[in-house]
Amino acid sequence: MNLHEYQGKELFAKFGLPVSNNAVVTSPDDVLSACRDIGGDKWVVKAQVHAGGRGKAGGVKLVDTPEEAIEFANHWLGNRLVTYQTDSNGQLVSSILVEECTDIAKELYLSAVIDRGTQRIVFIGSSEGGVNIEEVAEKTPEKIIYEPIDPLTGPMGFQARKISKVLGLDNEQSKQFSKMLSQLTKLFISYDLSLLEINPLVITQGGKLHCLDAKINIDSNAIYRQPEIQAMRDLSQEDPREAEAAKSDLSYVSLDGNIGCMVNGAGLAMGTMDTIKYFGGSPANFLDVGGTATQERVSKAFKLILADPEVKVVLVNIFGGIVRCDLIAEGILAAIEEVGVSIPVVVRLEGNNADIGSDILAKSNAAIESLNNLEEASKKAVELSK
Amino acid sequence: MSILVDKKTRLLVQGFTGSQATLHSEQSIEYGTNIVGGVTPGKGGQKHLDIPVFNSVHEAVEEVEPNASIIFVPAQFCKDSILEAADAGIKLIICITEGIPTLDMLIVKKKVDELDVTLIGPNCPGIITPGEAKLGIMPGSIHMKGSVGIISRSGTLTYEAVKQTSDLGLGQSTCIGIGGDPIPGTSFIDVLKMLEADDQTKAIVMVGEIGGTAEEEAAEYIKDNVSKPVISYIAGQTAPAGKRMGHAGAIIAGGKGTAADKIKKLKECGVHIAENLLQIGTKTKEVLG
Repeated sequence: MNLHEYQGKELFAKFGLPVSNNAVVTSPDDVLSACRDIGGDKWVVKAQVHAGGRGKAGGVKLVDTPEEAIEFANHWLGNRLVTYQTDSNGQLVSSILVEECTDIAKELYLSAVIDRGTQRIVFIGSSEGGVNIEEVAEKTPEKIIYEPIDPLTGPMGFQARKISKVLGLDNEQSKQFSKMLSQLTKLFISYDLSLLEINPLVITQGGKLHCLDAKINIDSNAIYRQPEIQAMRDLSQEDPREAEAAKSDLSYVSLDGNIGCMVNGAGLAMGTMDTIKYFGGSPANFLDVGGTATQERVSKAFKLILADPEVKVVLVNIFGGIVRCDLIAEGILAAIEEVGVSIPVVVRLEGNNADIGSDILAKSNAAIESLNNLEEASKKAVELSK
Repeated sequence: MSILVDKKTRLLVQGFTGSQATLHSEQSIEYGTNIVGGVTPGKGGQKHLDIPVFNSVHEAVEEVEPNASIIFVPAQFCKDSILEAADAGIKLIICITEGIPTLDMLIVKKKVDELDVTLIGPNCPGIITPGEAKLGIMPGSIHMKGSVGIISRSGTLTYEAVKQTSDLGLGQSTCIGIGGDPIPGTSFIDVLKMLEADDQTKAIVMVGEIGGTAEEEAAEYIKDNVSKPVISYIAGQTAPAGKRMGHAGAIIAGGKGTAADKIKKLKECGVHIAENLLQIGTKTKEVLG
């Protein structure tokens, strides 16, 4: 799960990390008082969406008057922002962050992730900030430092000094950084983060470190124990079908093809998508219906798949392990009747009692092609999708 | 021979009286697995499936001497359950549960390494040595004693590989699902090492998927350390970037972890690639000659 920048900065402020004076507005009417409360004669207004690349897309602006800020709010609130990280529909802007303007001397980069290789929280720092870090890693790897944190000790002073050196900090800044590193680690662990990124972390004209951006992702597996984070969830930023699927405890990702896929198991679901592509078709979605594939779950899965108007045929691929295929077949038939599926359905059942299951499907009146072999089933689905 | 488990394995089931644990314990017993006890705090002293239930792993160890434990408890209690089994001296722990917070696994992994415990999973189907013992949720009937060792990050894809190698008469030595999480207890490399040393294993099937660099690291290891033929299939060739594909670990992040990168590296290191999941069995047969 992702947070908005303003939510990330709330958490930063709570942990004593330096962020700009700011206010969040959801209506142009509130912009003037926000500017006055913040003070000064220059402000930065930033559209709040769950996507990077906002600056280049016009979603961030430096303004000299409250009127300009109001104009920005009028333009973006209720509109959709398209960046290189969003799809062509973009993301809905329902709030705007108004901040005091910071005088920047230098832009740096800092992030923390759970690194799968070292199996540690790793901090990544670079003297090149405000740019795409993957490009820096590729072109000038010497400007990046990766510092893993031992879960037993937490971040040590020497590690802060190592990172400071790569960031090019002076003595005073290095001391400030050491405190930041410790606070960021506490924040990371307290809220079960999977990613924390400050791009850019800046040195102000006054020589202080300052967090100009805040990108935070939270480990989905840990949301259950993070009530504060649950309250920050913004469903308008998520794909509606994916959000609906999550409510039913199904894993669903929408894609741009026309063959709907319903599979048990995440790996096999990916494998089925690959197989469709291999035979010249195009999958409309990833969907893991789960190990048990009960009628209830299959019904929900059909509803999700059929909500996509592009879908011309549904390929159901179930490897019945512990659950018998004849029971799964009955569940599929009941679900098709319940949901009222009117497009062709190709079913491949394999495993325990697969023959009996296929027989049940073949004898039904529903428009089902039942094939035990995944190759034939995939080819059939591709043929029906053309 | 086989690896890690056989007829002599004495299994303990944690979360024994729950519905999933009950179903899969029945299936495992039917397969021939020797389940010596179960743990459900508060239900000690009872019998379940005619097997004694204990309040703690320590009590079970004292009374029935298990040498492996399988965990079915809910995700929020897994850290405690794994560390309890490790503390009680059990050296092989299999965690089936999906959805454990990654930061919990970070601590668990460090601790089990320190105690020299083999943890398989979490978020995995378990381990089976066909004809000997089944410690997991895989359907026993598709397996056949044979010569192919199988390692996989995915449950149902493992079953595909098993079915195909059984249908072609090759059979399996031992199959291990290492699980779909970002921090698995056991890596591809750990299992490759064991299968390389196992006489019964003549070829190794490694089923990977998008996300992380475990397959690339395994490829490097295979190049220098594995003499047996390795056949690999990578799922997620059509997966979009930045989306979690069911498994917590199956995500292409920052352009890293694509199927194409993994396949390229595996090929460079001499691994045979099954381009499609339908070809896992035939490719293995072809390589074995």
